[in-house]
Amino acid sequence: MTAKAAGSSPGSLRHSLPVFNPDFMREAALTSADEALHTALDNSVTKKDYGRRATLAELPDSDALRTLAGDIKRHTLDNLDYYLAQLEANVQKHGGHVHYALGRDDANQLVIDIARQTNSKLIVKSKSMVSEESELNHALEKAGLEPLETDLGEFILQVDNDHPSHIVMPVIHRNAKDIGRVFERYFKVPYTDDPQSLAEMARVYLRQRFNQADMGISGVNFAIADTGSIVLCTNEGNGRMCTSRPRVHVAIMGMEKIIPEMRDLPIFLKLLARSASGQALTQYTNIITGPRRADEHDGPDEFHLIIMDNGRSRILAGDYRDTLRCIRCGACLNACPIYRKVGGHTYGSVYPGPIGALITPLFNGLAEHKHLPHASSLCGACYEACPVKINIPEMLIHMKKDQIDQGIAGFGEKLIFRLWTTGLRYGWTYRLGQFAQRVGMRLLPHKDGWITRLPGPAKGWTAIRDFPQPPKNNFRTLWNQRRVDRGTPEGKR
Amino acid sequence: MAVVKTLEHFGCSVDFPQAQTCCGQPQFNNGYPQEARPLAERMIRVFKNSAYIVTPSGSCAAMIRDHYPELFKDDPAKHQEALDFAARCYEFVEFLTRVLKVDVSKLTLPDPQRFTYHYTCHLRGLGTTGEPCISLLKQLKGASFIPLEKAEQCCGFGGTFAVKYPDISGAIVRDKVQCGQKTGADVMIVNDGGCAMNIGGACHRQHGDFAVKHIAEVLASAIDAGESR
Repeated sequence: MTAKAAGSSPGSLRHSLPVFNPDFMREAALTSADEALHTALDNSVTKKDYGRRATLAELPDSDALRTLAGDIKRHTLDNLDYYLAQLEANVQKHGGHVHYALGRDDANQLVIDIARQTNSKLIVKSKSMVSEESELNHALEKAGLEPLETDLGEFILQVDNDHPSHIVMPVIHRNAKDIGRVFERYFKVPYTDDPQSLAEMARVYLRQRFNQADMGISGVNFAIADTGSIVLCTNEGNGRMCTSRPRVHVAIMGMEKIIPEMRDLPIFLKLLARSASGQALTQYTNIITGPRRADEHDGPDEFHLIIMDNGRSRILAGDYRDTLRCIRCGACLNACPIYRKVGGHTYGSVYPGPIGALITPLFNGLAEHKHLPHASSLCGACYEACPVKINIPEMLIHMKKDQIDQGIAGFGEKLIFRLWTTGLRYGWTYRLGQFAQRVGMRLLPHKDGWITRLPGPAKGWTAIRDFPQPPKNNFRTLWNQRRVDRGTPEGKR
Repeated sequence: MAVVKTLEHFGCSVDFPQAQTCCGQPQFNNGYPQEARPLAERMIRVFKNSAYIVTPSGSCAAMIRDHYPELFKDDPAKHQEALDFAARCYEFVEFLTRVLKVDVSKLTLPDPQRFTYHYTCHLRGLGTTGEPCISLLKQLKGASFIPLEKAEQCCGFGGTFAVKYPDISGAIVRDKVQCGQKTGADVMIVNDGGCAMNIGGACHRQHGDFAVKHIAEVLASAIDAGESR
């Protein structure tokens, strides 16, 4: 069967990514005051970040491995047309079908079409960020189908109509009590917040559904061009159930998920689980090549691979190609001081954290999420954590410049930076600025050497902390005094 | 003056070219490289005759080393100047430990003190860690060291970030102050002006018990104590 491209509607007719929360500032104000959230995040993401460091340190040279993985990804992206064609040919060789989806609606429609052709109704789903991107569940439900998330976290979110807040640990913003109440309502059972019992409840229910399902949907961690295989890394085993039990398996991937050869896979497997959760490997690693063969007992009758663009070609062609290296491990989220305080939903769309702050505006337009590139202290923890060495801070800076060039930055901000720069460019303006600052600061409200309220655009500083009053004699004054005392002219030591 | 005192104690002759202003990091980080460029040119010109350029705030050194050459990538002559400048530029602790290779084990603090250490984020850009500074602390007589929980988590300063996003920045720096409080240390060593202002200001607002100091202040106090002995 030849590959077909679905749909003619360009993905640009609506946002590439769904927007759940358009008001970044409001959400950030709420979450950064939510100490229960901070504790929950520290107990999950901060711990995983330490786990990442510890397991990477077990490798002889994890830095070299990250460089290699980044280089392989770069090479793949630079030759993506070649590898896509190779992947397509090899999937077909093993009896699979390949479909291309331009926009996210096209991807959803492809799934609906396959479901109708195969007479599928109950669809079990393994975790997939691309399906979050396309809001697949909504589309399937609208078409009268019955999608069921089988990753425990995603299942909780689905039955409670919530969104993932982390790429790998979707439900970390909810605690056991919370989930207990969700299950009490859904399963109509007495309330419990014992994690073991809650997990068991879901397990029993899902087991039965796996056996009834017509179709299984999975994401793709890696697609291997030279063998036509897809790789799934999961911890709960639900991915294996989804892809082996039902009659039909549909895998959905972003078009950047390719690696060239099977021999590249170990490099990425070594990095993925370590970076994501501090595990040497995930509990389950499935390498799936085509549907069940005639002489095999297990596996689906049909295998479909949907390759989704949804704005990626545009990103590939621009200055931010490196963002497509991302293997969605979530390490940058776990390392990020901002994510640890605002959680995932504050970022407004499907992809949170540093990588989300970067790609969400790329998908939806720089004007749409204008805070995201700014709401970063540029500490560099994300770049340090990234298994494929995406230089996120550098690209965030670049994105701010693009905002300015596109006229998205405010006039007031530009004026401040112009004036500031002029102040720093010449000796006399610098001295004038310093003088004004010293005099001005004496007039401000202060307490034992600390200013308690700054005016104008600087008021954000003293909203949460004091500002040191300039000392009576600054360094320059002391230095000049010393120079006079010692009788040394400037420039001589 | 603590930086000057320490450098002179270890045999350096120190100059402070008065024409220097700012490295241009705020401009660069906010997407205004064309504004940062003249400031970078000025710095390169002002420090033309210095053998080494040492900055007490490491983020300035990181700016110069990471981004100056890139600012002039289209002008081969200036690019070379930027590379030369960057190669002579050091953060204070880096200069003490890598270039001077100082031995501070003979220095004694005037009063015994307990120290903890915050990892300032620019160290990532400089390709170094907090270890060199911690080992200086451990060598000092009268100093004891207590590790800081989440030491390498940013303090939430981030320049204009702290002013533009006070809610987020505030949550991060509160965390830092709490971790500092937990150590029971007298002093948190913070080798960057921005982070020190941030943590110090938050610690003061929250009535925290520790002082925020640059390692140079600690070394200078020990040098002073030695000289007056």
